[in-house]
Amino acid sequence: MFNALAEMFSYAFLTRAVVVGLLVSLCAALLGVSLVLKRYSMIGDGLSHVGFGSLAIATAMRAAPLAVSIPIVILAAFLLLRISSSSKIKGDAAIALLSTSSLAIGVVVISLTTGMNTDVCNYLFGSILAMNRADVYLSVALAVVVLALFALFYNKILAVTFDETFARATGVPAGAYNMLIAMLTALTITLGMRMMGALLISSLIVFPALTSMRLCKSFKAVTICAAVTSSICFFLGVVGSYLYATPTGASVVLVNIALFAVFWGISVYQSKRRAAV
Amino acid sequence: MPKTLIRCRDVSFSYDSVAALRGVSFEVNAGDALCVVGENGSGKSTLMSLLLRLKAPQSGSIVFDGGLRADQVGYLPQQTAAQKDFPASVREVVMSGRLSSRRWQPFYTRADRAMAERHMEKLGVLSLANRCYRELSGGQQQRTLLARALCATKTLLLLDEPVAGLDPLATSDLYQMIDAIRSDGVTIIMVSHDVQSVMRHATSILHLRVDPLFFGGVGEYAASATGRRFLTNIEGVGNVV
Repeated sequence: MFNALAEMFSYAFLTRAVVVGLLVSLCAALLGVSLVLKRYSMIGDGLSHVGFGSLAIATAMRAAPLAVSIPIVILAAFLLLRISSSSKIKGDAAIALLSTSSLAIGVVVISLTTGMNTDVCNYLFGSILAMNRADVYLSVALAVVVLALFALFYNKILAVTFDETFARATGVPAGAYNMLIAMLTALTITLGMRMMGALLISSLIVFPALTSMRLCKSFKAVTICAAVTSSICFFLGVVGSYLYATPTGASVVLVNIALFAVFWGISVYQSKRRAAV
Repeated sequence: MPKTLIRCRDVSFSYDSVAALRGVSFEVNAGDALCVVGENGSGKSTLMSLLLRLKAPQSGSIVFDGGLRADQVGYLPQQTAAQKDFPASVREVVMSGRLSSRRWQPFYTRADRAMAERHMEKLGVLSLANRCYRELSGGQQQRTLLARALCATKTLLLLDEPVAGLDPLATSDLYQMIDAIRSDGVTIIMVSHDVQSVMRHATSILHLRVDPLFFGGVGEYAASATGRRFLTNIEGVGNVV
């Protein structure tokens, strides 16, 4: 086992992927707690599809993928929040609209430029080879920013997540915090997408929060538990994908599913026992 | 002569040209307990968001006394579906009421903690402080939210349907607590369907049906045509004490 791990980390590209992945999982888990509780889980999914479209365009233009994707995805995040808060088009319909449109645009652009080949598959399901040195620096910077902002605004994020109207009514600028969370989510998704895949990246946002909510009784506990389980699941997923030669993104999601099942089982057992007493 | 906290003059508000409020005028003095009654769709919630400054009136004016800033107002909202299964401890929820007084400081102070404890004790939820909010009964959840509102309250407390969905015992408990809060010198504005109880706990009544039907003291309301019709209708429906 240890030999396998040592061998795995002797590859520079794998070490890079693990570092970026761990940091992205950590950020996604922290942001996910707030998104899931505010019923915004689908925003992550919508943004990753927009990311797919913008990656395709960047490739067609032979531009740096992140330089194109990050502004587009951040713009989409602002747009989605705007739409969710006005009642004219319902939030879920707007997300479906936006994600299928970007997927279609992306697929057409790819087929026009490079022809349908393995590229599409890599974008959709992720590739461990995608991470370069710049991504490592960017993910470290992102993680530092997300952790610092989360610690600094922790109480406000809790208040705005629990009850936006109360926060607004008592003079807390709730809209600004929503925008902050959406922007950081957009950054996290764009960064993690090429490794996890456009179709799978939102699992990093949803699973850790839902898993922790099975057992934890306070917001602080849910947040810490989500951050820890998310990192562990990512690591186990990458190691598993190396040992069994399975796709990285999908392996990480499978580990997340397994852990969710375990937590869920324990919570059912606990409530049964409480009912019996 | 008590100080006037809020002066509402000829306020109107409409959604896409459907009027929700038309020509509403009333005053709230320090120490009052104003109760806003009316049927569904009579503009009660709209009036509430205007008073909370979440919306601005399209015509007319609401003048707040100079000392009444948004961070001096406490608010007990109606619960949303998302809150019912929210994983937060009672303490975390109550503490969040202190946030508006913290402004840009990121963390709570010892004084904030002490205040939260005091209000939790007053409302009888201190023993539940570390319990999870979603595991509480409806009455306990409502008392937790009231403790949070008190943490933000300095002069004015707004209550939106405070007893909706509570059993009779929890309802009378909550009214007692509201009376106690008022005797501490807090002005109260309450929106409620429960006209019978309101008659015993309010000092003045505003009856809305888009247009204001009545504004005045509780005694005058019981004697007025609007009040008599509304009160007798409800007495016929249930066995209200």
